Amino acid sequence: MKLVVDIKKRIGDFTLEVAFETDGETTGLLGASGSGKSITLQLIAGIETPDEGQIVLNNRVLFDSEKGINLPSRKRRVSYLFQNYALFPHMTVAENILFPLTNVKEEKRKDRLEEVLRLMALKGLKNRYPAQLSGGQQQRVALARGIIGKPEALLLDEPFSALDDYLKTTLIKELMEALKGYQGATLFVSHNMEEAYRICPKLLVLSKGRVEAYGSRETLHHYPPTLSVAKLTGYRSFSKFQTLSSYVIKALEWDIELQVENIPAKQETFITIASEKIYLAEDSPENANIFSAWINTYEEGPRRVLCYLTLKRPPAHSKDDHLEWELSKEEWENIKNKPQPFRIRIPKEGIRFLKE
Amino acid sequence: MINDFSPLWISLRTAGASTIITFLLGLIAAWYVTFYLKRFKGMVDSLFTLPMVLPPTVLGVFLLLIFGRNSGFGQVLHSIGIQIVFSWWATVIAAVVVSFPLMYKTTKGAFEQVDPNLFFAARTLGASEWRIFWKVMVPIAWPGIAAGTVLAFTRALGEFGATLMFAGNIPGKTQTIPMAIFFAVEGGQMDRAIVWVLLITLLTVVVMFMMNLWNNYQRNRFTKGAAGR
Repeated sequence: MKLVVDIKKRIGDFTLEVAFETDGETTGLLGASGSGKSITLQLIAGIETPDEGQIVLNNRVLFDSEKGINLPSRKRRVSYLFQNYALFPHMTVAENILFPLTNVKEEKRKDRLEEVLRLMALKGLKNRYPAQLSGGQQQRVALARGIIGKPEALLLDEPFSALDDYLKTTLIKELMEALKGYQGATLFVSHNMEEAYRICPKLLVLSKGRVEAYGSRETLHHYPPTLSVAKLTGYRSFSKFQTLSSYVIKALEWDIELQVENIPAKQETFITIASEKIYLAEDSPENANIFSAWINTYEEGPRRVLCYLTLKRPPAHSKDDHLEWELSKEEWENIKNKPQPFRIRIPKEGIRFLKE
Repeated sequence: MINDFSPLWISLRTAGASTIITFLLGLIAAWYVTFYLKRFKGMVDSLFTLPMVLPPTVLGVFLLLIFGRNSGFGQVLHSIGIQIVFSWWATVIAAVVVSFPLMYKTTKGAFEQVDPNLFFAARTLGASEWRIFWKVMVPIAWPGIAAGTVLAFTRALGEFGATLMFAGNIPGKTQTIPMAIFFAVEGGQMDRAIVWVLLITLLTVVVMFMMNLWNNYQRNRFTKGAAGR
């Protein structure tokens, strides 16, 4: 299963220019709104037409501007799951799901229907109309309809954006279960890192119509190459830096000097710190990268607490903080009554260098 | 009072025939303009709506100019032995022209109400344009299409100006109810006119009433049982 995309499309003063290849692994297209994620899917599905470039699915050319090839949507064997599911309101669940199967014998149609109904846990609902189903059931019907014709690629356009957190968690589990049995290339569009991370082994980050990063989710999460990827993958504290010597930098916004493992080539201009890699320094034998810190503000979640720290001096106002520090509830109970400032340690391996 | 009921039958036949033609033309035009026409959309839309805003007599003159023996088209028809002006077909053509915008506009509105994602979804699921039209768009837009058809039918039933110009008032051939009313009043036979007036009012009211009933029924389709969810 291989999808090769190299396309260009201009819409007003926005230019989309993306190139990537995916294999069988589910790939997440991540990006802020307006970065071109959805339009990329529409170009692959043939809902929109690229200005130039190539789209090749399993050695089948879907689009090639030079050769003048532009297969219509219905011949692409690419299934598109719309945000609002786009179920046909006048058809029952069974009629919706069977819609793509036309040139197939009645017996075979029945078999396939039973198969996907079982796969999507929709048994007993086949005579209902979409308006009589819950959001999750509607989504599974759309998914069943999308895969019954065995498409070679499945495109999912923010399928969870309209759902509450609880339902989302359940549905993500169900979706992953359902995708296990699906052999084609899957692209999943999302603006939510957590969601994409859970579903997709591979992530492609789009920014302003361009591919900013592409790789395994672990790599992108641990070593974001750029500032915008870092923002998307959950980093919150950023500072410009200045190189002082081969192993020492100065974080300009935080006004601290940091020892680092090595300083990368010149393109990197920002650093960030993984917020789970900040430690309380009391019990540490090390003495490098230790700073006094005040808690400026904090947000208590049900399991984790986010502290916003000001370094080297007491905070001047509620927005005057430098680092975001993520703690477990136990760690928080342990430090919250400690006299401030306390000392924190930023290990060398917690520091990431970013391109702008 | 009335011994010749031919205007009733002519009216019903004319409105029936023209509604069938208008239904198909309006449906196709609305489909094309909504989903395929990219350039000149506003212009084409105005052109299709024009018969609704022009005086029917003006339409009558246009039709005479197009189908009359002085036009190229009229001569072609004449040479193969077809005479449109002042025939029953003229009443049908006049009715089609005046009722077309109602069918077109209402149907286009109904198509525009359909979620465009349904259209794209059907395409990515392998459906041909023909299948999308008949199996997806028409059934979903059906309440609007039906309303347009009823409006077109009632408009055709009441057509007067263009018919008079183009088809004339030939009793037993092109004299419809509105025509019979006009000439009855002009001829001083008020009682006769009133009978026709009551008849056509009744006919129209019945059609509209049936449409409303049907609309209410349609509004509840696909959602039965959803309220309890």
